Amino acid sequence: MAAPQLDPEHAVIVTGACGRLGRRLVRALHRRTRVIAVDHRDFPRRPADVEHHTVDLASKRMREVFKRPGVGALVHLGVVHDPHAQKERHHAWNVLALKRLLESVEQYGVRKVVLLSSANVYGPRPDNPQLLNEDAPLLAAGRFSGIRDLVELDLATQSFFWRSPDTETVILRPTHILGTVRNAPSNYLRLKRVPTLLGFDPMVQVIHQDDVVRAILLALVPGRRGIFNLAGPPPVALSRAIALLGRKAMPVPHALAGAALERMFRWRVTSFPAPELDYIRYVCMVDDSRARTVLDYAPAHDLFSTLSAVDDERWV
Amino acid sequence: MDPKTALVRIGDRGAPGGGLLSRIVHGARHAAEEVGQRLLGPDFDDRVRVLSERYRTVRDPFGFDPEMARRAAAVSAFFHRVYFRTEVFGIEHVPEGRVLLVANHSGQIPIDAAIIGAAMFFDANPPRVMRALVDKWTATLPFVSAFFNRVGQVVGVPENARRLLEMGELLLVFPEGTRGVVKPFSRRYQLEEFGLGFMRIAIETATPIVPVAVIGAEEQYVSLGNVRWAARALNFPVFPLVPQVFVPGGQLPLPTKYRLHFGEPMRFHGDPDDDDTIIADKVWLVRQSIQHLLARGLAARRSVFF
Repeated sequence: MAAPQLDPEHAVIVTGACGRLGRRLVRALHRRTRVIAVDHRDFPRRPADVEHHTVDLASKRMREVFKRPGVGALVHLGVVHDPHAQKERHHAWNVLALKRLLESVEQYGVRKVVLLSSANVYGPRPDNPQLLNEDAPLLAAGRFSGIRDLVELDLATQSFFWRSPDTETVILRPTHILGTVRNAPSNYLRLKRVPTLLGFDPMVQVIHQDDVVRAILLALVPGRRGIFNLAGPPPVALSRAIALLGRKAMPVPHALAGAALERMFRWRVTSFPAPELDYIRYVCMVDDSRARTVLDYAPAHDLFSTLSAVDDERWV
Repeated sequence: MDPKTALVRIGDRGAPGGGLLSRIVHGARHAAEEVGQRLLGPDFDDRVRVLSERYRTVRDPFGFDPEMARRAAAVSAFFHRVYFRTEVFGIEHVPEGRVLLVANHSGQIPIDAAIIGAAMFFDANPPRVMRALVDKWTATLPFVSAFFNRVGQVVGVPENARRLLEMGELLLVFPEGTRGVVKPFSRRYQLEEFGLGFMRIAIETATPIVPVAVIGAEEQYVSLGNVRWAARALNFPVFPLVPQVFVPGGQLPLPTKYRLHFGEPMRFHGDPDDDDTIIADKVWLVRQSIQHLLARGLAARRSVFF
């Protein structure tokens, strides 16, 4: 696929640039356009032509970054998600940071905003259609309060989309991102024995981290706006995914798994909160035909290479 | 000696020219193969191959697994060919490509869906996989949900029905819903109210509707009525009073003879979002044609069991 045409004069602000996905995005982006990386962490081994600001996204100093000349786009990856952190604080910070960022976007006339949301905001439910489209309600927070932040960010960005027609707003909702990233699905598949729920074998979708990066580049092309689901290779049964990866599944009855996980989470033995079990119990898959037609997106990685990317540590 | 080795040894000696025991084992195995062959039909493997081929090319996001479906078909063959001895009429009316089968629902336990599925697999040419919409709460049941996924049954929401039809699948619906399954013996072969959703989807996706009358299922369990207080106490949708379950062996359905009558395909046009009254008129036509098929089939049948 041809590389998307970006305006080299304009700078792209990438928040959360020092996360594993952020660094990959910056590496893919910095040869095509000017990149301003923003994170509260430092950026070791950063490409020489990338400028980096170590700053709290919710702080006033963040505003200064927008005053840099020629800021044309904002890619917001800097959503803090720590399952063990105090929920209220981290909710307030995430919502406040987005609010401040969007205020700056409006004030400085930034033309493009890309939010990386997630297909998980739809929520795994027994009565889900097999493939959800972008109009489906975001019901995940009903059963799993840990995802409330992301749902709220998604909704806030949607209302910004309608409020500010001068800015091209894009919301990307990828399915489970796999790769060297440290997110729940990758960590789950990295387990030596992968626990599953006895008698449940939902279909799942996965997407390679580099396919997400490419989708973000495609979303930055001028003229593109809207909400897009992103999926990788065709769906596969969870048991089959685990088998393809050469792991052993460990089926556990649901009641037992729920009780055990709740205790383990409280004792901080695991980073998986108990309500997340629903993601390996019910279906939560998306129809990405809109991204395929409007963004011209197509995944480059097949199922096997997407799955095996969780064991890929070359870039770390 | 562990049992595995023992079996292997008997099997090894099963070669011709062995002793008396080996000849018995050999004969038994041969007989089993023959019964299996007769039950499944000589073209069973060909039919499985046709379907596996199709699902290798058509991407199925619902998790249909041809290997699991093959095993399920082998089990249903027993009920289809031996237990209920299904007679199938007019299956050639089922057109190629997307099609909606609309049938009467009955029998306290919905075996009718499995038998229609078996007929589409064993008696239709070329064989088809029947997809049906199952109740949402089955998705919360362990094993059941995984099994339904693999044999091609999907959760009953309109989006799924639309997607299946757009994939060119054969979809079975029971517009009577649970009301049909649980109706008492005294109301057998009288259709309940039909839901309207299937007609809207058929119009929207330009899908032909094939009416199907299932005869025989309505007598498999004799229900005297619904025990409301028991249903309420157990939090079931219904609690049918079926005396036969107290007789040893009566838990199985009565071995009635199933007869499936497929009608001519019906095509409907118009606006899928029309008022309920307009849609209801079209639904009425389908309901009438099923009722006619039932009446004709009942008049022609000599006995419930033969």
